[in-house]
Amino acid sequence: MVQSAKEDPNVAHAYTPGLKIKSIEQVSKERVLPIEGTVIVEMGDAVDFDSILARTEIPGDAEILNVTEILGVDPGDVFDYSLKKEGDTFEEGELLAKNVAFWGLVKNFVYAPFSGTIESVSGLTGQIIVRQHNVPLEINAYIKGKVVKVLPKKGAVIETKAAFIQGIFGFGGENHGEIAVAVESPEELLTEEKVGLEHQGKVIVGGSGITGEAYQRALEVGVKGIVVGGLDVEDLIEILGEDIGVAITGEENIDITVIATEGFGALPISERTFNLLKNMEGKMSAINGATQIRAGVLRPEIIIPYDNPDEMDESKEEFSDGMIKGSLVRVIRAPYFGEIAKVKDLPINLQRVESGSSVRVIELELEDGRVVTVPRANVEIIEE
Amino acid sequence: MVNNQKSNDAAEGMSYILVTDVGSTTTKARFFAKKGDVWRYIISGEAPTTVEKPYEDVTMGVLNAVREIEELTEHKILSENNDNIMRPFDGEKGVDLYCTTSSAGGGLQMMVGGVVKEITAASANRAVLGAGSIVMDILTMDDGRPPHEKITRIKNLRPDMILLAGGTDGGTVKHVANMAEIFYAAKPKPRLGEGYSLPMIYAGNVNVQDHVRKLFEEDFSLLIIDNIRPTLNIERIEHARRAVHELFMEHVMSHAPGYLKLMKWTDIDIMPTPAGEGIAMQLLANELNVNVLGVGLGGATTNVYSIYEERFVRSVSANLGMSYSISNVCKETGIENILRWLPFEKDVNELQSEIKNKMIRPTTIPQTINDLIIEHAVAREALRLGLEHHKTIATRLKGVTVERTVGDLLDQGLEDTYIDLMHFSVIAGTGGLLSHAPKRIQSLLVLTDAFQPEGITRLFQDSVFMMPHLGVLSTVDPKAAWQIFEKDCLVHLGTVVAPRGQSREGTEVMEIKLDMPDGTTINEHVVYGDILKISLDVGETAEIEIHPKKGMDMGQGPNKHMEGVVHGGEVGVIIDARGRPLSLPEKPEERMNKILGWNKTLELYEYH
Repeated sequence: MVQSAKEDPNVAHAYTPGLKIKSIEQVSKERVLPIEGTVIVEMGDAVDFDSILARTEIPGDAEILNVTEILGVDPGDVFDYSLKKEGDTFEEGELLAKNVAFWGLVKNFVYAPFSGTIESVSGLTGQIIVRQHNVPLEINAYIKGKVVKVLPKKGAVIETKAAFIQGIFGFGGENHGEIAVAVESPEELLTEEKVGLEHQGKVIVGGSGITGEAYQRALEVGVKGIVVGGLDVEDLIEILGEDIGVAITGEENIDITVIATEGFGALPISERTFNLLKNMEGKMSAINGATQIRAGVLRPEIIIPYDNPDEMDESKEEFSDGMIKGSLVRVIRAPYFGEIAKVKDLPINLQRVESGSSVRVIELELEDGRVVTVPRANVEIIEE
Repeated sequence: MVNNQKSNDAAEGMSYILVTDVGSTTTKARFFAKKGDVWRYIISGEAPTTVEKPYEDVTMGVLNAVREIEELTEHKILSENNDNIMRPFDGEKGVDLYCTTSSAGGGLQMMVGGVVKEITAASANRAVLGAGSIVMDILTMDDGRPPHEKITRIKNLRPDMILLAGGTDGGTVKHVANMAEIFYAAKPKPRLGEGYSLPMIYAGNVNVQDHVRKLFEEDFSLLIIDNIRPTLNIERIEHARRAVHELFMEHVMSHAPGYLKLMKWTDIDIMPTPAGEGIAMQLLANELNVNVLGVGLGGATTNVYSIYEERFVRSVSANLGMSYSISNVCKETGIENILRWLPFEKDVNELQSEIKNKMIRPTTIPQTINDLIIEHAVAREALRLGLEHHKTIATRLKGVTVERTVGDLLDQGLEDTYIDLMHFSVIAGTGGLLSHAPKRIQSLLVLTDAFQPEGITRLFQDSVFMMPHLGVLSTVDPKAAWQIFEKDCLVHLGTVVAPRGQSREGTEVMEIKLDMPDGTTINEHVVYGDILKISLDVGETAEIEIHPKKGMDMGQGPNKHMEGVVHGGEVGVIIDARGRPLSLPEKPEERMNKILGWNKTLELYEYH
C-alpha cells in the first residue's frame, strides 16, 4: 500500500548520548602532525603531559614584493633589475633588486623584509614572491601515559587510565594543571575572593558559574583552567570579546581554558562531576576546551591520569546499553531542564506534548517524586 | 547504467527507485515505487552518517538507512552479503535505480578569487553557489585586504576547491595575474587530507591562461575553462557550474571516506545536496510556470533559491540555522529582533542562555508552547536574513546592460537586486522546523512574516525531507520526480493575499470579494493591521476581486483594482493587511497585544 508522506509519523527518534563522567576510563589519544615529519618517541615509552612526540617544519609565510612598481620600471623588465633568481636564499635587509639610472639621479632599491627564499619572479606582474624560512613545529603528548603505537612520520598514540569528564561546552585549547576545587558545593558561584595566588598554574573547579571579576582574577594569578557548571552569556561575551555564533571553539587566543559541564545560565555542576573532581583534587590534569557540535562531535574534556595506571582495576569499565527502564537520565530542555530522573516508562506510540507536537516521549520520575512526560529527544543518559 | 541524460521517461519500465541523501549527521533514504502509471513515495529509512571516526566509511550509514527500509517494507534491496544495492529489480527484490546526494563532512567548500568584487568575483560567486557549494571567502584585488593578509587567509582556510576568475577577455592582465600569484604564494592545502592536489578552476581572461598554467599546473588539479565574464555585459556561468560538479566528483568526493565505494554503487554522479534541492525548486518553477522563491531552513545553514524569469540563483548563508547555528542567528540579527516576535515578556539573558543551550544540544525539541514560539521567532529572523543575503547575490550585472533573455528585466530600475516579492507567485520552504511545526498555519506564518510576500502568493512546504532526492532523480526522469513531488512531497499551505504599502491602524485598506467553490460569496472590508483566514481546501480555487484603498498596491499600482484566482491549501487563504513592509508596534505591550491578537485570529498556537 502506498503511504503518503504527508501522513508519516515524526521519524525523529534520536536521543542525546550522555556526556561521559567516568572515574576510570582507558583514554587513548592519537597525536599527529599536520604534515609529515620525524617521530622521536618509541613504542612503550613513558611520556609526560608536555613530552615532545614528533616534530616537523612547515613552510614560512610568503610576501609579494611589487618590485617593478617600486623601481619604476615595466613589469617585463623585472628579470633585468632583480639581483636574485628563483630558488636563491637571502638575509633580512639584503638588496634584492635595484634601479640606478640617469647617472645616479634615480635610485630605487628593494630590500628583503626577512630572511628566506625567492619563490617566484613574474614577468607578467613584475612581482617577486619571497618566503620565510621553514618554521619548526612540534606536537606534545597532551596526556601523561605510554606510547602504544607509533605512526611513522606522523606521531603516536598515547594511552593511560584516567578519570575522564566531558563538558558540554568550552573554549581555549589544550592545557594542563593540578586540580583545585575552589568552592564548597556544586551550587556555589565562583567569585573573585575565592580565587587566590595558590591557584597559579592550576585547573580550578567552581560551582554553578563564574563571575567576570573572578575570571579576571584567575587571569592575573595565572590559572590554567576553569571548570564550572554553567556560563553566563554576558560574561562569555566579555571574556571572548565577542558573542559565539556556532559552537566551534578551541582556537581562541586566551590563556585560560574554560569548560562548562552543564550549559548556559546559572547551572550547578552535577553532583557526580563535582564529587569526582573533589576526589581527584591535587592531581595533574589535561584539559581542552575545544568544542565542535556539528558532524564529528567534539566535546571539551578533563583527563586526570592515574599515577600507577597498571595497578588500576579495569573491571569498573562499564558500557551503557542505551535507555531502559530504571536508567538515570538528565533532562536537557525546559520545563525540567537540569533535573535528574529515573526512566519509568518508554511508550512506543507517539504522544502529543504541550507544544502540540506528536513525538516519542519518555516517562520520568524526578528526584522529588513527581512523574513527568518529556520528549525522548530532551533527555541524555547519565553514563555511570 | 543510466546516463545523467535527462529524458522525460527514463524510468519507463522501472518499478522501484532508491535515493539517498548523505547529510552531515543523518543519511536519509527514500524509497519510491511505480503504482500503475504513477510514481509514489513509499517510505523512509534513516541512520546516522558514518563519514567520521570511528567508522570513516560513508556506505555503512547508507546500508543502515536502507536496512531500515527493508525492515519496514519487507522488500529486499541489499545484496546477499548486505554490501551493495541490488539492481535491477528482479521481480521480487532489488531496485531499478539508485542515486544519491551528499553534504557529509560539511559539503563542498570553495574559495573564490576575482579582480573586482562586484564584477568578476560576483559572477564566480553565483556560479559556485549555483553548483551547490559553500563559499568560504571571496578574495579580490579591491577587497581592502593587503596581499599578506589574503595569503594567510587562503592558507588557513583549506578549501575543497578554488574558482579563480577575473578580467574580461583582452582586458586587464596584470591584476588577474596578481590574484593568481597570491593563490600561488599561499600554497593552500585541500581540506580532505594530504596526498592529492587541490582542484582549481580558472575562468578568467584568456590572455592569462598561460601564466596560470605555469603557476598551477604542477601542484594543483588545474582546469581552465572559458571566461565567466568574456565581456563586461556577458555573464556565462553554466560551464563553471559544470566544471565544479566534474571536479567535485573526480577530486573531492573520491577522497572522502567510503565515497569511492559509494560512487560505484550509484547509477549517476553523486550530487551536492543543495544542488539537488536547487534542481527540485527549478522543477517546481518549470511545472507551475511561475517565478519561485524557495528556502531550505536547516540546522546549520539556510539556502535560498530564486527562479526568476528562468534565471536560477542560489545563496547559502552558511551560519544561519535552527540548531548548530541558532546562536549565530541571534548574533547576526540582535536579540531585540528575536524578542519582537514574542507575545510574552522574556528576560534577555535567559533567552540568550536558552538559545545557546539549543546550540550545544541541537537535537532537543520544544516541549512548551513558549519554547516553540521562541524557535519560530528565531526562524523568522534566520529566513529574513537569508533572504537579505540572497538579494546581494541575485543582482543585476553591475553598470551594464545584459545580453540575456531576461535583458528587459535587468535593465529596469536602479535597485541592485531584482528580487521583488510582488513578482514571485510561489514561495516554497523545506527544513526540519517547517516540517515539524505542529500546525501548518505556523509554518505558513513563519514564512510570511520572514519573506513578506506581496500581491497573491501561493505557499508550499515539503512533507518529508526529500527535495534533494527528487532533484537528483529529476536529472534522470523529471516526469517521475514531478509525480512524487506533486503527490507526496509538496504540502499546499494556501495563498497569501497582501498589498504593498502602509497605512494607519484601523483604516479600511481593502475590499475583497471571493467567489467560493460552493457558490457562496465572501465579502470582506479589511482594515489595516488585520490578518484573516478563509478556509479553502487543497485542490480548490476561488475567484478573487480586490479593491485596494489608501494607496495600497496589489501589483497594479496604488488603489488599482485587481482580479485573480486563489488556491486553497491545508491552511486556506490568508488576507494579510498588516502592511508591507510589515511593521510591528514599537511599545512592547502594544506589540505583544497585537501579536496575541493575530495568533488568536489564526488559531496559531493552542494554549492549555
